[in-house]
Amino acid sequence: MTLDLIVAQLFTGVALGAVFVLLSTGLSVIFGMLGVVNFAHGAFYMTGAYAGVFVLALTGNFWIALVAVPVLIGVMGLGVERFLIRPLYGRGQDYPLLLTFGLGYVLIEVVRILFGTDGMPFETPPLLSGGLDIEGLGYFPAYRLFVIAMTAALMLGLWILLERTRYGLIIRGAARDPEILSVLGVDTRKVFLLVFGLGTGLAALAGLLAAPMRSVNPEMGVAVLIEAFVVTVIGGMGSLLGGAVAGMLVGIVVSMTALWMPEMSEISMFALMALVLLVRPHGLFGRGALAR
Amino acid sequence: MHETKTTIGRRTLLGGTIATLAAPALLLRVARAADEPIRIGFPTPLTGPFGAEAKDQVRCAELAIKQFNAAGGLKGRQVELLVRDDKLNRGEAATRTLELIEKDKVACIVGALSSSVQLAVNEVTKARGMLYVSISQSDTITAMPDFSRTTFHEALNPHMTAGAVARHVFKPGMKVAILLADYAYGQEMAAGFRSAAAAIGGIDIVLEQKHPFGAADYSTFLPRLRAAKADVVCICNFGRDQANSIKQAVDFGLKRQSKIVVPVLLYNQRLAGSPEAFEGIIGGSNYYWTIEDHVPTAKAFNDAYRADTSGGVPSDYGAYGYAGIRLVLDAMRRAGSVDADALVHQIENAKYDTYKGPETMRACDHQAVQSVLILQSKAKAAMKNATDLFDVLAMDDGSEANLRSCADLGHVAGK
Amino acid sequence: MTRDIAAARIMPSGADWSATAQRWRVPLLTVALAALPWIVPSQALAVNILIFGLYATGFNLLFGFAGMLSFGHAAFFGAGAYGAGIALARYGVGWFGAIAIGVAVAGVLALLIGALSIRSRGIYFSMVTLALAQLVYYVAFQATDWTGGENGLRGLTVSVIHIGPLALNFLDPVTKYYVILVFVVAALYAISRLLNAPFGAAMEAVRENESRAAAIGYDVKRIKLIAFTLSGLVCGLAGTLDALHLSIVPIDTLFYQTSGLAVMMVLLGGSGTFLGPFVGAAIFLLIEDVFSIWTPHWQLFVGIVFILAVLFLPRGVWGTLAAWHKRRSA
Repeated sequence: MTLDLIVAQLFTGVALGAVFVLLSTGLSVIFGMLGVVNFAHGAFYMTGAYAGVFVLALTGNFWIALVAVPVLIGVMGLGVERFLIRPLYGRGQDYPLLLTFGLGYVLIEVVRILFGTDGMPFETPPLLSGGLDIEGLGYFPAYRLFVIAMTAALMLGLWILLERTRYGLIIRGAARDPEILSVLGVDTRKVFLLVFGLGTGLAALAGLLAAPMRSVNPEMGVAVLIEAFVVTVIGGMGSLLGGAVAGMLVGIVVSMTALWMPEMSEISMFALMALVLLVRPHGLFGRGALAR
Repeated sequence: MHETKTTIGRRTLLGGTIATLAAPALLLRVARAADEPIRIGFPTPLTGPFGAEAKDQVRCAELAIKQFNAAGGLKGRQVELLVRDDKLNRGEAATRTLELIEKDKVACIVGALSSSVQLAVNEVTKARGMLYVSISQSDTITAMPDFSRTTFHEALNPHMTAGAVARHVFKPGMKVAILLADYAYGQEMAAGFRSAAAAIGGIDIVLEQKHPFGAADYSTFLPRLRAAKADVVCICNFGRDQANSIKQAVDFGLKRQSKIVVPVLLYNQRLAGSPEAFEGIIGGSNYYWTIEDHVPTAKAFNDAYRADTSGGVPSDYGAYGYAGIRLVLDAMRRAGSVDADALVHQIENAKYDTYKGPETMRACDHQAVQSVLILQSKAKAAMKNATDLFDVLAMDDGSEANLRSCADLGHVAGK
Repeated sequence: MTRDIAAARIMPSGADWSATAQRWRVPLLTVALAALPWIVPSQALAVNILIFGLYATGFNLLFGFAGMLSFGHAAFFGAGAYGAGIALARYGVGWFGAIAIGVAVAGVLALLIGALSIRSRGIYFSMVTLALAQLVYYVAFQATDWTGGENGLRGLTVSVIHIGPLALNFLDPVTKYYVILVFVVAALYAISRLLNAPFGAAMEAVRENESRAAAIGYDVKRIKLIAFTLSGLVCGLAGTLDALHLSIVPIDTLFYQTSGLAVMMVLLGGSGTFLGPFVGAAIFLLIEDVFSIWTPHWQLFVGIVFILAVLFLPRGVWGTLAAWHKRRSA
């Protein structure tokens, strides 16, 4: 085993970590702010990829899809929050979890009816096809580098939105204590609505960005849901920073196991999660208050 | 089965009494049975990633039954297909098979589209002496201890398929790397490539890289695969795994340094993937519609399918549906009955040509000895129309020499 | 979650109809289950309802009565199935011994996973159980020599069951159903006794408010661990019966979707109720059976039923019926 290979494997792990961060952000935002365990996250991710297929067929332009898809699915998310999730606030975590579980089934089946069961190819946008020869790493697809950059930009944008703006203050306030915020004259229902829309839009964006790497099929979100949960839980649910660190960590752990014990690479993330939670029952950056 | 017989003594008295009481009703039943249709159970994964293959299997199976019924059925009795969704789930398949046998009283079972699902069906039919024709790839089902006297394997098996592809691609002096999904299918295919490489000689297998079954991201397996600098990379996985791993291997530039081959190149999975990713990839198959140019039965099958679907062409796994049902129906016609023992007797050692040229059913392990097509995926520019996906590079004729020997499979001679 | 009805249930509420039903819940359920093979479309489906009803009941013990939402119960169902299956297929143990071994394996595993996971609470508890159950799944997937790996475990067909001088043809679906029913009823009786015992009240105290339960003097950790293990034992029994029924152990029995199945069935039927899990299992499996013959898009209906149930029948089908009856008779 050469050093070159280990370096290449590490870098691949970081790149994969960026994908994990991307996959889990939508889930993390919705849980952190609303306390809703969104089991339809994977389905929204998948719907995003199919919406991308649709927009691409219509316009032929990936960059339009990049803007249109999160908006489209985000608006759908608004509808879901308004009519399905809102009646359940105050009934405990189990109900939204179950409802979104059912919703996931419905979304997958609707996509199967509309687009078929087989899945379809998704071309890499021409501008980003091909790859770069990186010294010491060899050939690396340009599109994956683009995904890393997009993820970094997205995380930065989210951090600024949540931590540095007035809206962020309101959102965080609504997450901590909706009643006080209502007293202060803020319409918390509107805040929750928008946060849910934001979370589903992020899930859809992740699906669209993943499509050129993983192609598109109705079941693509099933494994992603679990992966996103693992990353979010390791990071500590509701912590953006935690999610980012955990995503990178999971990417690197998965990649290094793939080198030494390839058949265990999938399970390594669960082992990591079990280990982290046994040592820190609320995840790396989690606040204990959210545990119940 | 012999175990059940030991219980009869104790239950004969009671059974006899009930039989006497029920005799008139039974006679009525027998009389009715003559004009009741013969039912064939057909578990297939309509739900899930292979829905398109499953639907085509059903279409082809129905086609075979339509032809049989139009030709007068079995002495006037019509045949009916009972399609059940096995959801690509082993437990579900076992339950559906139990239902088909216990409630629907089927004459036999044909179907299942994954190696583990067919083993589940096999376990249920085996214990009940029910005829089963399996139409998906497996090396296990024909070997001891899974072998069943009443089960026949009409599909290709991994040993034959990977062997045929290897014989076409491998040349002495080559360096070969294998990427395999870590479950029965991947391991059996990899074993097929390995044993063919050993038979050819002078081939260096430089790497066997496992990946978990159903992985979505293959990037972590690619650095090692690239570092192996092999002439040929064999990707031994199926369906979504195949489409995703090929796509990502191409993205990471693997095709620039190695020839990529797969054991099985599927029509519908190629459609689900892109022509660019699959371009130039070589793989094996049981059937591709263009063999109609020199195989008369393929021509007849395609024409019947076209008439049925207003111009479509059957897929490889779809064709298995036709072949499996034909195997049973032809045996019924020859035997003049639906009795399982009579049918087993007819099918063992049968020589037939239903859709792809000559096949024989080997008696010891119930494996259909048949040709393997070597296909190469076409470049987008070279495709004349939407069904023009592959070039047929060669046809590896069916021969027992390409199968593992009966002794290797654990079948004792003369048994 | 259905706390109020559950609480109301343990309070004596006069000699009304539902209290009588409550007292006779095991015999009533037994009679209903005995009639099941003649009501549902097929006997194989009836056996599945029995087995998954028991599995859901075991899960409900932990979730409905002790308030702990596990996403890892597939591990116990699977441990039971593999324990019994391996005993039958690899060691030639008799069918009854195989059941005992399967249940024991599930119990030990539940004790282990329980001890590790009760340290966390809420969604974290759910995720620890999921992670540990996934580890069990991967171990079984890799240990091909023992478990058959992805191909599943085969070679455990039980054709005849000997009970004393009696030899029953276990391939006969009706015989099979009633043999399995005996085990299910025995388990239900034991669970019913347990819930009426002081331990039942202790579990509910923990579910309602952990710190208050601790303050009254309950050993919360111990109660949780016992509840977890008992729940695992019941699910393990269901698993062993599944292995006998299907004559295979598919690797899916350990997969997280099997864990999800328990959650869905219990919530559909009514968590924290005694009969709810069976009602939920029956509804779920019937929808799947009937609709999947009719359309490949049966999951659409499962999803819609789910959404409607959460929105309009938050106590589950049985829980809502019971509450409605209580209101009417009050």
